Amino acid sequence: MAAANDIAMKQEEPQHDGQAPVIVVEDLRKAFGIHKVLDGINLSVNRGETLAVLGRSGTGKSVLLRLIIGLETPDFGSIRIHGQSIAGLAIDQMGEIRKKMGFLFQHAALYDSLTVAGNVAFPLEHHRRELSKSERSDRVKQLLAEVGMEGNLEKMPSDISGGMQKRVGLARALALEPEILLLDEPTAGLDPISSGEIDDLILKLQHERQMASIVVTHDLHSAKTIANRLALLDQGNVVIEGSFKDLQGSDVEFVKEFLKQS
Amino acid sequence: MSEHGVIASGAFNPPIPERRVDAAPSAADPVTKLVNGFFEWFGDLGIFCWKVLRAAVTPPYEWRELIRQLDEVGSKSFPLIALAGAAIGVIISLEARYSLTRFGAKSMFPATLVYSVIQVMGPIITGLIVSGRVGAGMGAELASMKVSEQIDAIEASAINPYRLLATTRILACILMLPLLTLATDASGLLTGWFAQTLVEPLSFHQFIDAGFHGATFSSFLPQTFKTAVYGLIIGTIACFQGMRTRGGAEGVGRAATNSVVIASLFVILADVVLVKLILVVFP
Repeated sequence: MAAANDIAMKQEEPQHDGQAPVIVVEDLRKAFGIHKVLDGINLSVNRGETLAVLGRSGTGKSVLLRLIIGLETPDFGSIRIHGQSIAGLAIDQMGEIRKKMGFLFQHAALYDSLTVAGNVAFPLEHHRRELSKSERSDRVKQLLAEVGMEGNLEKMPSDISGGMQKRVGLARALALEPEILLLDEPTAGLDPISSGEIDDLILKLQHERQMASIVVTHDLHSAKTIANRLALLDQGNVVIEGSFKDLQGSDVEFVKEFLKQS
Repeated sequence: MSEHGVIASGAFNPPIPERRVDAAPSAADPVTKLVNGFFEWFGDLGIFCWKVLRAAVTPPYEWRELIRQLDEVGSKSFPLIALAGAAIGVIISLEARYSLTRFGAKSMFPATLVYSVIQVMGPIITGLIVSGRVGAGMGAELASMKVSEQIDAIEASAINPYRLLATTRILACILMLPLLTLATDASGLLTGWFAQTLVEPLSFHQFIDAGFHGATFSSFLPQTFKTAVYGLIIGTIACFQGMRTRGGAEGVGRAATNSVVIASLFVILADVVLVKLILVVFP
């Protein structure tokens, strides 16, 4: 934990050298039927920065990530990745952008017919066809070693715990060396020790790879540990965005209540 | 871009107005819902087919997955298909012999069996059995992947799920159905001849000679290759139902059931149309 705090302190001022933000979301709106989930979201994330998106369950945090990776279509607003709008892109064009992104699903979404190694190798088999079989195998082992799963190559997803599945999901998300990492509730359903281990892992990877990351979570402690900035959603809007100190200093009733209950 | 063609952007698209919920429900609502649902289903199917067709004609092609599906649809269906064909052969042999004997046309038995199996029963039985086995399996597999976000994970990994999952399965069904039909036919003819031989000895050579006497390729090939259309129907319906599933375990069950029921229904309807078409094109 002390090492994680050291890394977190070093990451409070990410170095983006005046470059344009990697992810820009403007006036984003999404409704499912008459239920408005997002109602004008604005945010941006720079290279090397981790933004934690917090909020109550059902406030559209996961929907936000799904919109950014293009798994949902917004009703209004724009999303730009490295300055390119993803509006109207065909699935194969969006695929070119997704190659630069890694996504960790809330329940890991591992392919249940493939082994742990097979899951991590899957994106490499499709997008790194120039690698030989042994090079791919070495890369898979390296990725699994980074997440502490090197001893479980031949296990099936159903044979490993939820925390281990998340680690494998993270390794798979990192397979194509993404510049952007989207994490949907990485510590949801995990015990405090496993949550801490996942947080440390995310911090370590972020420190090494300097990705632009968005972490969706309702775990304030986790958000404080891994994020440079926090954004709190309520009723489809960003209520407050800033450091944890900014949240603590806020006079907004909802913010105070959220901090009190967390 | 998993659901819609165009993303609304910036100032050019006003927010979608909220649907009024205070209107009193009318007596026509269930009927309206049914009719709307019917057209929505066909609309969604059309969009799905377009996405699959686009994915099928643009590289990179998923050859390894295609080969895996050819094995899954073809080799693994073979035992059941052969058994079904064998049963058909025996049934037709017993029924045909009885009927033909009554009308003094016993000599027509070989031709009756051959034409019945190859032109009629073989294709439709193959289509319905594959619809049940493969349709349910594919529908359930893809539905399970959908509800557990595995299809989303494939798409998030920059792989086109329509190309990887749907195109390969549909193509496998199209290619394998005619071959499986040949297996059904062969099995049916063999057991039909065997059932006849038990009662009235007839060499297999004589049986084939008499059965195929005067036949040409156009007597049998169109009926066999029409099953490629059945394959297209089965693969498309199963993949469509699976990849649009919602609702957890119940949704998976519903997708599997709907895949079989709808695919079987469309196979039967297609058979009616194709039989007429073949009779017109190959008189």
